[in-house]
Amino acid sequence: MEALGHTLINLFSNTFLHLFNQKLEHTMMRFVEWLQQPWPWYIAGPLIGLTVPLLLILGNKSFGISASLRHICAACIPANIPFFKYDWKKESWNLFFVLGIFLGGVIAVTYLHQNTPIQLHQKLVDELAVYGITDFSGLIPNQLFSWPQLFTLKGFLMMVVGGFLVGFGTRYAGGCTSGHAITGLANLQLPSLIATCCFMVGGFIMANLILPFILML
Amino acid sequence: METNTDFEVRSLDTACINESSLQHKWYHQIKYLIVGILFGIVFVKSEVISWFRIQEMFRLQSFHMYGIIGSAVVVAAISVWFIKLFKVKTIYGEPIVFHAKQFNKGQVFGGLLFGLGWAVTGACPGPLFAQIGIGATVVVITLFSAIAGTWVYGLVRNKLPH
Repeated sequence: MEALGHTLINLFSNTFLHLFNQKLEHTMMRFVEWLQQPWPWYIAGPLIGLTVPLLLILGNKSFGISASLRHICAACIPANIPFFKYDWKKESWNLFFVLGIFLGGVIAVTYLHQNTPIQLHQKLVDELAVYGITDFSGLIPNQLFSWPQLFTLKGFLMMVVGGFLVGFGTRYAGGCTSGHAITGLANLQLPSLIATCCFMVGGFIMANLILPFILML
Repeated sequence: METNTDFEVRSLDTACINESSLQHKWYHQIKYLIVGILFGIVFVKSEVISWFRIQEMFRLQSFHMYGIIGSAVVVAAISVWFIKLFKVKTIYGEPIVFHAKQFNKGQVFGGLLFGLGWAVTGACPGPLFAQIGIGATVVVITLFSAIAGTWVYGLVRNKLPH
């Protein structure tokens, strides 16, 4: 009688454990599948916002990314320019941070990648088709951003001149989307609001008035 | 090496105001690497680094980017308010300091120039690093060009209206 009881208990617990494991496996798979999909704005936005207090609490660091470009200049090519003569090593946390962003990209594409084309507004798809951009398989249009494209006038304007404007403009403005639009606005700074509005105005002008001519090249 | 300690010059840079006076061994920086990795993953998975999403934003065709930036600002603002209210300290026990930004014309001129660059490259400085990470190796050139732009700004800075 006792033996039967033990067997029953064993049987019960084994079945239960098995079911639990199955359930856990299922949940994990669902979770990974969910992670692989594009994340909605209401998940991504708050996570990006939490970077601000996290960096402050970890070591009084003010969230900003474009300054890393300045630290790279200060570390590699200071050329006796006063703007690059400061103790960049004290700011090296920023370089670790951007190295992390790069590695985050590697991890996301290796483990959390889903091979489906990006879902875009139909108007944008139609507009880009006019310029022959029909490949939506990646996050970045490989018909525009690729090594062979770099040696065309269009590619040169988009990558080399565009990159220059990003580096020059952010430093002239004293910050980029992270330093002004997120950190600055979160600290209720009027200069950051002005800067953010100017970023948007510049972007609207480029995307709607100038970029069509570049894409026609 | 001569160090530029002029607060005005430093304050032009968000990340150049680093008030922590503590000296740490290099491995203390690993925590910023980890925050960067998590941040980079969010960047990729939310498609913030996509040239296409930036085009949608500047054509008012999608709420996605506005939702991300807007909710990030709200969460960051509540956190900053909370830190100020409860005088939260860093993990090393230092008080957290905030600095008021000074207005200068650079925020207008530089802001407009950056906006032009943002819409054409489809990336602000952060996404540039993540784009290289997902395998768009040619973005290395865009990054180098951005570093060159920063360097030229440093060179001609005194001649520009501020």
